Amino acid sequence: MRGSFSSVTKFLSAGALAAGISLSAPAMAQEDTIKVGVLHSLSGTMAISETTLKDTVLFLIDEQNKKGGVLGKKLEAVVVDPASDWPLFAEKARELLAVNKVAVVFGCWTSVSRKSVLPVFEELNGLLFYPVQYEGEESQRNVFYTGAAPNQQAIPAVDYLMSEDGGSVKRWVLAGTDYVYPQTTNKILQAYLESKGVAKEDIMINYTPFGHSDWQTIVTDIKNFGSAGKKTAVVSTINGDANVPFYKELANQGIKAEDIPVVAFSVGEEELAGLDTGPLVGHLTAWNYFQSVDTPENADFIAKWKTFIKDDKRVTNDPMEATYIGFNMWVKAVEKAGTTDPDAVIDSIIGVSVPNLSGGFSAMMPNHHITKPVLIGEIQADGQMETVWQTSGLVVGDEWSDFLPDSKDLIADWRAPMSCGNFNVATGKCGGKGTN
Amino acid sequence: MTILFRRLLTTLLLIFAIAAPASADEAELRSIIAKFATTKNFQATEQVIRELVATGDASVERSLLALSEGNLYFRKADSAVFIGSEAGQVVKLLDPLSGEAAGEEAKAAVTKVRVNNGLRRTIRDVLGTLTLGSDDPAVRLAAAETMFGNPDPVAIPALNAAIEKEAVASVRAKLQQARAAAVLQSELPEADKLAAIELIEARGDRAALSLLTAYEARAEGSLKEAAASAVGDINSKLAVWSAFQNVWYGLSLGSVLLLAAIGLAITFGVMGVINMAHGEMVMLGAYTTFVVQNIIRTSFPGLFDWSLAIALPLAFLVAGGVGLAIERGIIRFLYGRPLETLLATWGVSLILQQTVRTIFGPTNKEVGNPSWMSGAFQLGELSITWNRLWIMAFALAVFFLLLFVMKRTPWGLQMRAVTANRRMAASMGIRTPWVDALTFALGSGIAGIAGVALSQIDNVSPNLGQGYIIDSFMVVVFGGVGNLWGTFVGAFSLGVLNKFLEPYVGAVLGKILVLVLIILFIQKRPRGLFALKGRAVEA
Repeated sequence: MRGSFSSVTKFLSAGALAAGISLSAPAMAQEDTIKVGVLHSLSGTMAISETTLKDTVLFLIDEQNKKGGVLGKKLEAVVVDPASDWPLFAEKARELLAVNKVAVVFGCWTSVSRKSVLPVFEELNGLLFYPVQYEGEESQRNVFYTGAAPNQQAIPAVDYLMSEDGGSVKRWVLAGTDYVYPQTTNKILQAYLESKGVAKEDIMINYTPFGHSDWQTIVTDIKNFGSAGKKTAVVSTINGDANVPFYKELANQGIKAEDIPVVAFSVGEEELAGLDTGPLVGHLTAWNYFQSVDTPENADFIAKWKTFIKDDKRVTNDPMEATYIGFNMWVKAVEKAGTTDPDAVIDSIIGVSVPNLSGGFSAMMPNHHITKPVLIGEIQADGQMETVWQTSGLVVGDEWSDFLPDSKDLIADWRAPMSCGNFNVATGKCGGKGTN
Repeated sequence: MTILFRRLLTTLLLIFAIAAPASADEAELRSIIAKFATTKNFQATEQVIRELVATGDASVERSLLALSEGNLYFRKADSAVFIGSEAGQVVKLLDPLSGEAAGEEAKAAVTKVRVNNGLRRTIRDVLGTLTLGSDDPAVRLAAAETMFGNPDPVAIPALNAAIEKEAVASVRAKLQQARAAAVLQSELPEADKLAAIELIEARGDRAALSLLTAYEARAEGSLKEAAASAVGDINSKLAVWSAFQNVWYGLSLGSVLLLAAIGLAITFGVMGVINMAHGEMVMLGAYTTFVVQNIIRTSFPGLFDWSLAIALPLAFLVAGGVGLAIERGIIRFLYGRPLETLLATWGVSLILQQTVRTIFGPTNKEVGNPSWMSGAFQLGELSITWNRLWIMAFALAVFFLLLFVMKRTPWGLQMRAVTANRRMAASMGIRTPWVDALTFALGSGIAGIAGVALSQIDNVSPNLGQGYIIDSFMVVVFGGVGNLWGTFVGAFSLGVLNKFLEPYVGAVLGKILVLVLIILFIQKRPRGLFALKGRAVEA
């Protein structure tokens, strides 16, 4: 079923492409295209988030082809469905690189899916653009991380809450889903808070299983933790579907944002679309992009996206912007290198800078992470975020956190002559803990 | 916002509150309100709020409330400030002082005055003091509560005056507590403070605990001791309540499990079909609710509070119909082959998921809570949310209705006869294939109406069913296959067990422990809590 599905998609996209350049014969079209792989789950639990990114890549390819493609060739999407199944991600990545010979892959959402495709990209020397905020502690030669590292999302959010504007929070609940991203982020945050003089008993860490739906006990715990006479906030790394019942319970138990604000790192416009946001007004989210950002680039992007997807109600979100930035960086790097050869692109992409949607430019750094602004937004009644604070400049993604003992000495620099993803500045050698 | 500033504000307010109700020049108020249109940042907005409150005129309440709710707009053309409410593509405008209608503007022609949590807090605090003299006891009560949460010694004279005048006993008690809270912040003699601690201790809730804990940290001598003992007393009292709270949470989780499992108790429990598509029937019910609400929203907005009642029979029909089709189309060929049934129903569940994903899209759908299902009420120190209470009542109603159908109707008798001895039942003239089909449809239909209820607490997405399938099987197996009461007791005992473990070991480990306990239990009693007895079981 899976195999036939992907071949149907391929057939469709090839058909669409042939229609687009109707004059050339189909056989010629095959020769003259650059293939772009899309590795996002279209079924299973992650389809809720990843389907949008698949559409985003198709939209960007469509836009690029209208501008004449890349290096004079049209782009052709190859969509596969890894079905939220982590081992299948590796299989499908291999299929994209070895069978379909794609020049680049845009894909993955969860960290575990990224980890499962890493060896494939290394072995077959492919290119992967990963567009989602993640826990850091990784830098790989074949991967470009266009989402936020912890220092581009979590730490600025905590800084904001500690400031007078954010309510001078003194007591912290770190609530997350039980997997690698929340665990690592909370470890970094805990170390960071303790370095800022927050006592151990003022930090409560709580993990819940995936898809947790009964939040009564935890919300009561948060309420009780917040009644110790100190200003309290919740830092939420709760993932995916579990957010809706969590926010519903918060609202029903009458926890208001004025009393105990919740700042979430995984809740965007898409997730809020499934919620009655009235009771959530004032709770916070930290991202690098909001649909409400008021810039001409963003207005243009939203308008074109709505036309492409033929739905006036569809929202845009941060991973979409990260995909947009990654895609444009790849296009620019390929044009700079004059070829789609992965080695040439890996060399040429460093330092490439493209406009982001919040009115500035994002640049690819030697550690394969990018620079971006950090925005803190308050949820509004219409399900959009209103920016209440933003970093004064761009923040460089820090792959190895300075707040974890294992990684504080590590840096990544993929330029020659260093070309290392985990250079230890203390020992002066390439190689340390973590992935490459 | 600094404490100093708050003090200043309150002082100003009280001066006016004590003096005869001042009414500032209307033109002056308007000119201050107009400044909201030109504020560049939140500090500037706060300045304007301060100016507005300093006039001491109670008529500013309307515009401040609108600001805190995000309903204050200004017109881009002339920077005039209005209270607005969005209606489609236009914003209906009201005068910020009188509240009279002032026409409407296109959405693009007006801008919202921005507000953040800090400003909302400021407004709530200043309004608390401003509304202490209101005619409505509920407003005075709210004001007293706000002042309790935000105590300020400057407010003591005003509170004294208010307590003097107060006729309603409950409001009076709250006012006295608010005064006590303020006394703790003041320079008054020790005896007053000891009395205040006693008064706050008598209140005995979380807010009192929070206040006293903070006070204990900075008090000295006998006051510190008194505060510490009060904190201890409140804590031990709250510990008792928290045990009750755990029982309630457990029962509430149990009712959700019961709802999810009850359809499966028919299809798997009574019929013996390992029905992996059960969760998808729940999902279909939830999507039916979504569709019903969508139609109501666009065509009959007045009926919204009835949407769930309308969705119930429809969800039963939709899920029951799909169930009937599955039984007639697939399962009836597979009776007696459990492995094939398992695989086939699992395949059906994937097909249903992907179908829904294709039709409705992969994202969550918003299913609103009717007003009678939102919010919570206090029972002592127990906070009970309405949606959980209704779901429990609903689960019980469905369970007893089903029990009635099974035990007291001819159809139920036939179902039980076919389950007990198929060949004998067939010889007695019962059309067993049709009984099978209708039983499966009944189980699926009940899963559908469970979906209506679960759409109120969980998100409606194609994955909805997956979250419940394992729990449902757990409940049915634990309770004893084939016994409705077993499902009932199983659901509630698993719910309570889970909720008692959760505070001690966390949600993740709690779930694992429950699973381990069930495995051990099944080892000891393979047929579950209430095993069926008799020849039918051995056959």
